[in-house]
Amino acid sequence: MADAIRTPELHLSEGCLSPAGDWTLLALGSHANRLRQELAAAKANRWDLSALTRLDSFGALLLWRAWGGRLPADMVLPDGYATQFERLAAMDEAPVPHPPRVGVVDVVAGLGGALLGLFAHLGDFLALIGRLALDCLHLLGRPRNWPLKEFSANLYKVGVKAMPVSALVGFLIGVVLSYLSALQLKAFGADIFIVNILGLGIIRELGPVLVSVLVAGRSGSAMTAQLGVMRVTEEVDALTVMGISNYIRLVLPKVMALSVAMPLLVLWTSAVALVGGMMSAELQLGLSYGYFIETLPKVVPAANLFIALGKGAVFGVLIALVACHFGLRVKPNTESLSANTTASVVTSITLVILVDAVFAIATRSIGVPL
Amino acid sequence: MTTPVLSLRGLSTRFGSNWVHKGVDLDIPPGEVVSLVGGSGSGKTTLLRQMVGLLTPTEGEVRVFDEPLFAGSREAQRQRRRRFAMCFQGGALFSAFTVYENIAFPLREAGIATEAEIRELVALKLTMVELLPSHAALMPAELSGGMIKRVALARALALEPELLLLDEPTAGLDPTRSASFVALIRDLQQQLGLTVVLVTHDLDTLAALSSKVAVLAERRILAFDSLEAVMQVDHPFIQEFFLSERSARALARAQGA
Ligand SMILES: Nc1ncnc2c1ncn2[C@@H]1O[C@H](COP(=O)(O)OP(=O)(O)O)[C@@H](O)[C@H]1O
Ligand SMILES: [Mg+2]
Repeated sequence: MADAIRTPELHLSEGCLSPAGDWTLLALGSHANRLRQELAAAKANRWDLSALTRLDSFGALLLWRAWGGRLPADMVLPDGYATQFERLAAMDEAPVPHPPRVGVVDVVAGLGGALLGLFAHLGDFLALIGRLALDCLHLLGRPRNWPLKEFSANLYKVGVKAMPVSALVGFLIGVVLSYLSALQLKAFGADIFIVNILGLGIIRELGPVLVSVLVAGRSGSAMTAQLGVMRVTEEVDALTVMGISNYIRLVLPKVMALSVAMPLLVLWTSAVALVGGMMSAELQLGLSYGYFIETLPKVVPAANLFIALGKGAVFGVLIALVACHFGLRVKPNTESLSANTTASVVTSITLVILVDAVFAIATRSIGVPL
Repeated sequence: MTTPVLSLRGLSTRFGSNWVHKGVDLDIPPGEVVSLVGGSGSGKTTLLRQMVGLLTPTEGEVRVFDEPLFAGSREAQRQRRRRFAMCFQGGALFSAFTVYENIAFPLREAGIATEAEIRELVALKLTMVELLPSHAALMPAELSGGMIKRVALARALALEPELLLLDEPTAGLDPTRSASFVALIRDLQQQLGLTVVLVTHDLDTLAALSSKVAVLAERRILAFDSLEAVMQVDHPFIQEFFLSERSARALARAQGA
């Protein structure tokens, strides 16, 4: 094979232009600009292609354009190259249409589309909840059909496996919170109130929200990505064709798992955070562990614990539903997969904080010692 | 003797405890169209993936253009890679790009052609694989299986490779399209001295296109020769593959054509 690349050239002799060497994309690399200029400047109207050693469609295109889109009348064209130019002629008949330009109207339409998209999201989200509810009703009389295996697998994935990271984060937050509060409380000589602050703050508020953010980032994104890839690879469609409800097999186990795992994780994380706070309080303020543990139930009414567990369950259901909603909307391309995964995490964290505010207002008179 | 474009030396592959290839030797001379045939699961796709360096063989060496695949500087490797292209079994189109962008992408990366020229080259590639200009705006998810194959071929041809590896290029194409695929590859092969390695089960394509046939069975290359010579080899797989009644009909068709 003619392995070495022969430099493409354009020779002019006695009014006859003859391209020589390899006119291929690879060979033209750094010569393309020079040859484009030479071709543009060339005046002769006789052509001889017999000195070409290789011609690919890029080389042919350069020549074709120099000829103004037709074969010159007076030329030597070796047999093998004729089809190249026939193809170029065919291509000229069928140019690729330019993508439409974006105008003002399109921008306005885009805005409107975004707003309608929001309603579509709401509608789809409600439809998801409705479908899930209907499927659950359907399952009521059929205990054998409950997706228990998937439930337990999901419970392990979103619950047990999240324990180390949530403990670490909880512990550190507990330490930091306790340390900072202790500095302030010391100044007022109100050392013992550290138990009230930590107890109420962590159990009622921080625990559930912290765990939700962690779980949304960790498990919510994973759920969306999983469902999304299943959409891309048509696995969801395969399930549908088998007559198996996507909602029962894919959505329900995730919702069930998170609604069970979240309260437990909240409990676990809050406990570890309190331990962190307690250790920090002992170091900083010299508050003994015994005193801390003894005082905690007195200053934090048990109602707070139930509020925290309730919040955990609600947030868990929310995160799972949002994750599945976005997962099932993924279109079969990578861009949509990444967009929906991002949207899933952002939406679920935002929703959790919104709902937490609603909780705060609704339960403002419960469990707060005055 | 000419140096082979692609050569495999003592190539062995193991997945877990399962040997897929054991001592595969293959030299592909320039300008040949080599059909790689073998039973389903015999490791044809795996062999192609090793030829392009997506998979490192457990043992043995792959040489392209008379150099080891991974020899030289980054730039040298990039240059070498530009000289061959692969068409994947499932298309492997970029799902976030339109058909147009998929074909334009390698051209833009090469940075040689101007945007206007790229437009025309894409149009040219589309006509070459018999797609309509209006298909350029479609997303891969909106294409049929056969269209995906043809876009993948157009993309593989975009950089004008010297060596083209095709994994089941005609699977999912209707017979007319298979025939024009054969014509296209033949054309390119004649004009550019293109070397082609294709995996195919389609006897019509195989008979019409291949100058040589490599048979992969029993974890090695059983035979590598012209179709007529390969058909003489006395081996159950080869006898079954080429000499069954169905195959005989396809081969007779190709001879008549
Ligand atoms: N990534 C992988 N891991 C384990 N086994 C694999 C992998 N890829 C392929 N195999 C196995 O190697 C064998 C050959 O596969 P493949 O090359 O795809 O076959 P085909 O000849 O049909 O293209 C099969 O038995 C397959 O199970
Ligand atoms: Mg295969």
